[in-house]
Amino acid sequence: MILPPLIFVIASVIKSLIILFVLLTAVAYTVWLERKVVGHMQNRWGPTRVGPFGLLQPAADGLKFLFKEDLTPPHVYKPLFLAAPMIAVIFALTSIAVIPFGNSFTFGPFTVPQFLLFHFEMPFHWGGAVIGPYSIPFQITDVNIGLLMILGVTSMGVYGVALAGWSSNNKYSLLGGLRASAQMVSYEIALGLSLVGVLILSGSFSLRTIVDAQGGHFWGFIPRWNIIPQFVGFFIYLMAAYAETNRIPFDLPEAETELVAGYHTEYSSMKFAMFFMAEYANMITVACLATLLFFGGWHGPLFGPPLLQSLLPLFWFAAKVFCFLFLYIWVRGTLPRFRYDQLMSFGWKFLLPLAIANLVATAIAVAW
Amino acid sequence: MNFHLILFLAFGAVCVGGAINLLAQRHPINSALSLIAVMAALAGEYLLLGAEFVAAVQVIVYAGAIMVLFVFVIMLLNAGEEEETKGSRVAVLFGVPGMLIGGVLMAWVVLRQSGTEAVPIGALPGHPADIAQLLFHDFLLPFEVTSILILIAIMGAVVLASKPEPMAGKVH
Repeated sequence: MILPPLIFVIASVIKSLIILFVLLTAVAYTVWLERKVVGHMQNRWGPTRVGPFGLLQPAADGLKFLFKEDLTPPHVYKPLFLAAPMIAVIFALTSIAVIPFGNSFTFGPFTVPQFLLFHFEMPFHWGGAVIGPYSIPFQITDVNIGLLMILGVTSMGVYGVALAGWSSNNKYSLLGGLRASAQMVSYEIALGLSLVGVLILSGSFSLRTIVDAQGGHFWGFIPRWNIIPQFVGFFIYLMAAYAETNRIPFDLPEAETELVAGYHTEYSSMKFAMFFMAEYANMITVACLATLLFFGGWHGPLFGPPLLQSLLPLFWFAAKVFCFLFLYIWVRGTLPRFRYDQLMSFGWKFLLPLAIANLVATAIAVAW
Repeated sequence: MNFHLILFLAFGAVCVGGAINLLAQRHPINSALSLIAVMAALAGEYLLLGAEFVAAVQVIVYAGAIMVLFVFVIMLLNAGEEEETKGSRVAVLFGVPGMLIGGVLMAWVVLRQSGTEAVPIGALPGHPADIAQLLFHDFLLPFEVTSILILIAIMGAVVLASKPEPMAGKVH
């Protein structure tokens, strides 16, 4: 049954709140995980003091950011200096809206008391009426251009970093902002082209349809995930995504050895924390997208009682996303930073031709 | 007054306000940001017409890629605030009457059409599959010719940008 408007609005608000809460918690604990894992890789312990295993460290950090003095240097261009962190965090949080986390869950049928009947635009009926069952997808909204919407939102996210660098009126910040915008524009092309291979295979921009196309198995035992036919595309996506999120080995916009802290040099307290949140939320979005496009989304072995079976897809999705986040941290603990000219020539002279070759090969194979 | 019309008017107001702000601001970066707001609001209008694909491309290409390059150039050149002049005589003599005539013409055309029905959502091709059918099947030749035209423009820009240095060939 199609949801009546009132239930639709209520369900959307509840879903948005839950997803926002889960996303922000995941951001906080990705920071904790990163400090812990990189610590162990460098033969240190990482955070241990606040709570068991340092698990309450994110809460302590959050409180510290909230209560620190919020400095605005006198030489900045104030309107944009204030707007930049908000732009960064808003666009980082928006793109999660079209990401599906699992199939759908069904509720109802249930009885509506008679004093609520007019809300559902139903005729008056003594003792209420039975409505439902309804099914709600594990996703804020399923638009048929979901993937394009994510690309659009990430391309708008550049402004946060670029404007932060410019409005700080500081040469290190400006260089960081310039590097970030040049890098993100360059790698966006390779990123977009690497996704076209997946689009050719599934024939839709809707993330839900792309995941549904990956159900089942090759020859009965190998999962039918896009990673197998789109092996090259996946690696192009992964590398371009690391550059898009300004992470090591492509974190030139905030290279400490050359630029102090790059575009966020002049930021402190909560404004700095907003850039931090935006970076980690972008990492999570990239990991979700890699899971959906190349690793079959929520598909995985299902077993056990019905309740477990309905929750297992969510678990598989989260486990795959976790693996990608761990890979991010692993790479950070392993690789050194590129030089800027290496970064640009890698993007334009290697990744872009490779992405075009992959696209042509996929198109020929599908047309065959 | 339905919800659809309210959204249409809201996006239209952002669009017109952004365009006026673009002209009124004295700092180039503020003008560039106003233009981004105009582009994003236009994408909202396309979405209301049921053209999801065009809306997404509007955001990715115009509000995202092209305007990032505008902002990039403004940042790179560190363009400062512009001086306010009293305006040119040409603008007063020809611009203002021209704008008035244009406005009257547009109003006349719109009022003449006022009896007709509005196009319902989804009546025009807006789904990605329809657009793909149009671009890669019905209008394949013009589409590909346009792409070659753009390629020539890119190559011309590269040739102009990379002038051979006078010492080239003697250094190594």
